Amino acid sequence: MYCIEDRFLMSKCMPEWILTLEEQGWYPYVTGTSVIGIKYKDGILMAADTGGSYGSTLRYKSVERMKVIGKHSLLGASGEISDFQEILRYLDELILYDNMWDDGNSLGPKEIHNYLNRVMYNRRNKFNPLWNSLVLGGVKNGNKYLGVVTMLGAHYADNHVATGFGNHLAVPILRSEWKEGMSFEEAVKLLEKCLLVLLYRDRSSINKFQIAKITEEGATIYPAYSLKTFWGFSAFQNPGQFAEGTW
Amino acid sequence: MDPLHDMNLDAPHSMGTTIIGVSYDGGVVLGADSRTSTGMYVANRASDKITQLTENVYVCRSGSAADTQVVSDYVRYFLHQHTIQLGQPSTVKVAANLIRMLSYQNKNMLQAGLIVGGWDKYDGGQIYSVPLGGTILKQPFAIGGSGSSYLYGFMDQAWKEGMSKDEAEKLVVKAASLAMARDGASGGVIRTVIINADGVTRNFYPGDTHPLWHDELEAQNSLLDVLSSGGAACPEPMST
Repeated sequence: MYCIEDRFLMSKCMPEWILTLEEQGWYPYVTGTSVIGIKYKDGILMAADTGGSYGSTLRYKSVERMKVIGKHSLLGASGEISDFQEILRYLDELILYDNMWDDGNSLGPKEIHNYLNRVMYNRRNKFNPLWNSLVLGGVKNGNKYLGVVTMLGAHYADNHVATGFGNHLAVPILRSEWKEGMSFEEAVKLLEKCLLVLLYRDRSSINKFQIAKITEEGATIYPAYSLKTFWGFSAFQNPGQFAEGTW
Repeated sequence: MDPLHDMNLDAPHSMGTTIIGVSYDGGVVLGADSRTSTGMYVANRASDKITQLTENVYVCRSGSAADTQVVSDYVRYFLHQHTIQLGQPSTVKVAANLIRMLSYQNKNMLQAGLIVGGWDKYDGGQIYSVPLGGTILKQPFAIGGSGSSYLYGFMDQAWKEGMSKDEAEKLVVKAASLAMARDGASGGVIRTVIINADGVTRNFYPGDTHPLWHDELEAQNSLLDVLSSGGAACPEPMST
């Protein structure tokens, strides 16, 4: 009813005139798409593509969206890359202070997950969110942990998780095919199955992936690679055959 | 608030410029067009969008002229102090991260797409992209500004690993020229800055030095010259 400038001013003093984040000037610019994580026999496996989209343009093709945190955790993020980079700076400081105690103890995945939850929820309460969905996985003292924190501050942990499109496409596959104590090879194959579906069906995915592993021994982020895609269905050859003009 | 941001988050925000940065073995080449527009009017047809931050680090500016000028002024000031305290030239990484810091912390208010390029003795030539939002990404080459939309395909095909200084500069000039041919918000002259261990070289390429692209014609002084040279067939007057 009132113009946006008036609503902006009124929103400052009257909660009923609250503006959406976009109206306030909050937009994600460079974004990453799905991250998938699963528990397997030796620890956690996480996968994501290396794309940074700028709106509908696939602008950056070598963005590492998974990083090692401390000794025991891996963090993967979808959403605004600049906010992910800022979160990495916060965690850098957290790990530094943890190391400075020099007491032989180190922050495990549960603690990092909790910390991230606090950060994301408090920012959400101030209407100034970090525009990310985070996947935090790790192993400490033989205990595997895999959790998610969203930009709203919602958090949960499970045997298999995903963000963004992954929630819709990968999670059903994981629910059906994940099992306790999978080998590294089985787990990688399962992740690749999900990544391929996401490549086919998520417009912002690219064919360049990274898989990251964390076990009691340590973390490994494997070099980026591409997957072969299949287009050989006979129905793909002449789809308009019995339905002229179909798309 | 402003109509450009209303709907369609899918469309990247347009910035009137073409800026490019390419690294080669030994340094970097930065390039830009020279058009500053206010709406449809060309306010400055010979701007210099490649700005010095330190002796060895320059930044290509796209987006709001005011925002990018202020950000580079602050970063130049911080880097100056940093250099004094450090006792040696600042690294390209530090310069790029200061740009990132200002872009990120003021992301709500700024419209600045920046490409930082330079040379230092530790890591040689480096290019860092700092787009809208304040993400920082190190890249072998970077493109930015509204004209860059026309260069994604071109650079995918034309950029190769291990180019020489001359090859890199030729690529930058060709790319900028192609973008300026199609982007209304880019134009004027092409300025390049080459930074390496030996120092900094500025080059200037006015329109008549660019190659001609599709549907463009050789520049003439006048129609009279065209007719008198007799080359092109002189059209007969039309009659019924």
